[in-house]
Amino acid sequence: MIKNEQAGLYIHIPFCLSKCAYCSFYSIAAPNLIPEFIKALLREMAFWKSSSLPGQGFDTIYLGGGTPSLLLGGQIQEIMNAVNSAFVIDRQAEVTMELNPGNVSPEYLRNLRAWGVNRLNIGVQSFDDGILKFLGRRHSAREAVCAIDAARAAGFYNIGLDLIYGISGQDIRLWTETLERALSFVPEHLSCYQLSVEAQTPLFGRYRSEGLSLPAESEALDFFFATSHRLAEAGYRHYEVSNFARGNSFRSRHNMKYWRHIPYLGLGPSAHSFCAGRRWWNTADVAAYIQNLFEGKTPVRQSEELSAEQLALEALFLGLRTQDGIDLEQYQALYGVDLLTAKKQTLGQLVENGLVEIRDGRLSPTLSGLAVADSLALI
Amino acid sequence: MENIRNFSIIAHIDHGKSTLADRLIQFTGVCNERNFQDQLLDNMDIERERGITIKSNAISLPYRAQNGQTYTLNLIDTPGHVDFSYEVSRSLASCEGVLLLIDAAQGVQAQTLANLYLAMEHNLEVIPIINKIDLPSADIDRVLEEIDSELGLDPDTHIKASAKEGTGIEEILEAIVLRIPPPTGSGDNPLAALIFDAKYDAYRGTVIHSRVFEGAVKAGDIIRFMYNNSTYKVEEVGHFLLQRAKREKLSAGEVGYIIAGVKTVSDVRTGDTITHQDRPCLQPLPGFKEVKPVVFASIYPIASDDYQDLADSLEKYKLNDASFIYEKDSSAALGQGFRCGFLGLLHLDIVQERLEREYDLSIILSVPSVRYRFTLKDGSVLYVDNPTHYPDPAEIAKGEEPYIRASMMLPERYLGSVMKLCMEKRGVNSNMNYTGPGRVELSYEMPLAEVIFDFYDRFKSVTQGYGSFDYDVLDYRESSLVLMDILVNGEKVDALSQIVHRERARARALNACDRLKDEIPRQMYKIAIQGAIGSEIIARSTISAFRKDVTAKCYGGDITRKRKLLEKQKEGKKRMKMIGSVSIPQSAFLAVLKSDND
Ligand SMILES: Nc1nc2c(ncn2[C@@H]2O[C@H](COP(=O)(O)OP(=O)(O)O)[C@@H](O)[C@H]2O)c(=O)[nH]1
Ligand code: SF4
Ligand SMILES: [Mg+2]
Repeated sequence: MIKNEQAGLYIHIPFCLSKCAYCSFYSIAAPNLIPEFIKALLREMAFWKSSSLPGQGFDTIYLGGGTPSLLLGGQIQEIMNAVNSAFVIDRQAEVTMELNPGNVSPEYLRNLRAWGVNRLNIGVQSFDDGILKFLGRRHSAREAVCAIDAARAAGFYNIGLDLIYGISGQDIRLWTETLERALSFVPEHLSCYQLSVEAQTPLFGRYRSEGLSLPAESEALDFFFATSHRLAEAGYRHYEVSNFARGNSFRSRHNMKYWRHIPYLGLGPSAHSFCAGRRWWNTADVAAYIQNLFEGKTPVRQSEELSAEQLALEALFLGLRTQDGIDLEQYQALYGVDLLTAKKQTLGQLVENGLVEIRDGRLSPTLSGLAVADSLALI
Repeated sequence: MENIRNFSIIAHIDHGKSTLADRLIQFTGVCNERNFQDQLLDNMDIERERGITIKSNAISLPYRAQNGQTYTLNLIDTPGHVDFSYEVSRSLASCEGVLLLIDAAQGVQAQTLANLYLAMEHNLEVIPIINKIDLPSADIDRVLEEIDSELGLDPDTHIKASAKEGTGIEEILEAIVLRIPPPTGSGDNPLAALIFDAKYDAYRGTVIHSRVFEGAVKAGDIIRFMYNNSTYKVEEVGHFLLQRAKREKLSAGEVGYIIAGVKTVSDVRTGDTITHQDRPCLQPLPGFKEVKPVVFASIYPIASDDYQDLADSLEKYKLNDASFIYEKDSSAALGQGFRCGFLGLLHLDIVQERLEREYDLSIILSVPSVRYRFTLKDGSVLYVDNPTHYPDPAEIAKGEEPYIRASMMLPERYLGSVMKLCMEKRGVNSNMNYTGPGRVELSYEMPLAEVIFDFYDRFKSVTQGYGSFDYDVLDYRESSLVLMDILVNGEKVDALSQIVHRERARARALNACDRLKDEIPRQMYKIAIQGAIGSEIIARSTISAFRKDVTAKCYGGDITRKRKLLEKQKEGKKRMKMIGSVSIPQSAFLAVLKSDND
């Protein structure tokens, strides 16, 4: 564990107006439960207040979902107040909220800022209405543009846009159009995800029944490289498999904690927490979550104590997802494994094949390496 | 003796041998329903699954016949594959008759014939039984026609049965009594007892399965194995019921067991004759042959930590399998292991499967080899069954390989394709002979090395299962031999090296390269696979790298799942062997081992 680094706080708002075709997050279309959910959430915070993560302050907050922007301004305020009274929040904290285009008024956005939200992550996904429809998004490209403009107008200077590529019917050209459109807003951050069609999503059924196919490996690689190259040209750092930042300071400080084994506390249904080699997670069921907390019980459903070996494996695969890679000395200090010696032959092959670099005491993936980061971890 | 009948059931695989044995056992009431377990005679999982009975087994059935007399019917089970044909012949030598089982729907098949011929060699009474008459697809008339034309037996002698439903069982038991002759011999003559099997018992040592032909044996007797003149004092004799049942003595005509303080099954030889030390018989019973391993391969643990486990398991396995031999071996690529000798490829498969299943080991086998003979320029002679011991090519004056005589029986319509196959396998000196209308007996002299690859499988497939095959080892013949190596990203995988006929080398190498290409999973970098003779590359294939393989999203809620997946993959990788920086799965070794051009 890296000492002296503050923890991250994640709050899962499990509501959406409807389910997107590809979505595998936990969220339900039951806005009537929101008031009770908020009460429960406050109880969960109260619970942590008394038994907080050992000696931790927080310097990132992430309101994710779901669709946090479904909450009324007052509700966000209530949550933020509770957070501030329950936890020690750093004055410089990065406070991100996810936003879906549609129905966000300038006033709502201004209020968010007032309550401490200083970073928005907007679920644009595409600037092509056909694709948005295919994905089952509720909004149009135009609404996305409005949302971004409104966010800027409200004074947000740290905005991230989420985009998806590798969608059936989307060729590189169509994708590049979306990408260019996104760049025209000069966002501070971009997440470009290759679509993965998860089992049990409506999209999975469609791909099967309509005989749609995912891009072949070489095509997926073309998307990946084209994206990375174009964004590099525009001044973005490809700092994680799917994440790009206009300079280091605009990387998602919150998400980086996940990749670096920094403690985080997750509140709300299905949220995961990690601290001191332990990971635990809440029930992925709003009703059960509410009921548990109302009955004074913990909503934690499961936890695991990670062995040194498991921590080492996680550190490896998470580290190799990031451009920074792994600090070899620190890795050895934490896990007792000298990767350079233990994996000499394989690393030699990987270097020779241009998949990783070993420089300044770090083992880091090249762009080609990032494209196979999961497998790099199997060395 | 008048009331003893010794018989076997012989059949093509799956025609119902084990099921019928169960019914006979049930009918005669040796066991009650409570402890009855289907397919009692096949007592190992592998046998049940493969449908072959690997080691013979025996049971005595008490039967009160319709004539009012009580008989002891000794059922001797037989293994069913050419690798064990010697064991089969010893079991049949212990009988006076056989039940020849034919599936009513499938009719006469290759092993029906092969087994019939074996039975006839031993002058046994044959009772044809048409089994599975309950099947809707049963075609009894056709089977009767085949019994007549293909088997040359009198169709009127048949019995219809359904082993599954238990019909015809009593008729079969009556026929055993009435038609199979009682054993001959005299309890007063000097002892002559045939060893047809031996099993290891942790408490009693080796339990010898024997058929007494002359004389009698009892506890306290000093017996002698005629093969090596070793002597033992008999501790116990008895019959095979469901368990061993101790008896006063075993006399001429009887089948039973002898326990005599013999430490391991390797101390006895199937087919050997047991006699008395002080009053020996004049000569051993006929047909003894010492079976020697003809196929050799090395076994390595996938994880080198498992070496001791493997050593222990082999030792245990060996207790019950006298024909299996092994010694220490080591490989640059695969580490410490054992060089093992087998009767044939099926035997090898069985050993492998036992080790994996019963002893829970993950192992890799090297490519099987026969035993070659090299005469070096200095005149010395070297036997080599392990490619790693291949002599310096510059020193070799002459290379020789073992030849066998393959004897095949097949319907005439397959003659052309079988001859083609035999020629492709370097067969020479063919001989052909019509044994009946439309039936041919064919023999070839062939290098054993050709046979141990996939000859048997291909023979079965070109004859659509109607051909039967057997072989005898002949002699060594001069041959142009080379050592063919396989390299993966430039590293020699010595377990895949093979000694091959020069003309075969390229095809073998190409085949190995292709198989490896199919079996080795793509990795993050390109993998070059090469076949080489010395420094000359004779075949190659390439496995392209995969280049995009990464989960798009990995945040707090994804990490545990992702880690579990990686853990599983890592576990899978542990079952692979690292050659240089390439992980090679066990299946790749197996694929090469089975390889030939098909
Ligand atoms: N329908 C039917 N099936 C049978 C009969 N006898 C055996 N079988 C089935 O045939 C298969 C092979 O039988 P098994 O006794 O193992 O054959 P083996 O290989 O000769 O020992 C099994 O599935 C038996 O249940 C029979 O009389 N009728
Ligand atoms: S808005 Fe996000 S969380 Fe909600 S259904 Fe769509 S993808 Fe899922
Ligand atoms: Mg059977």
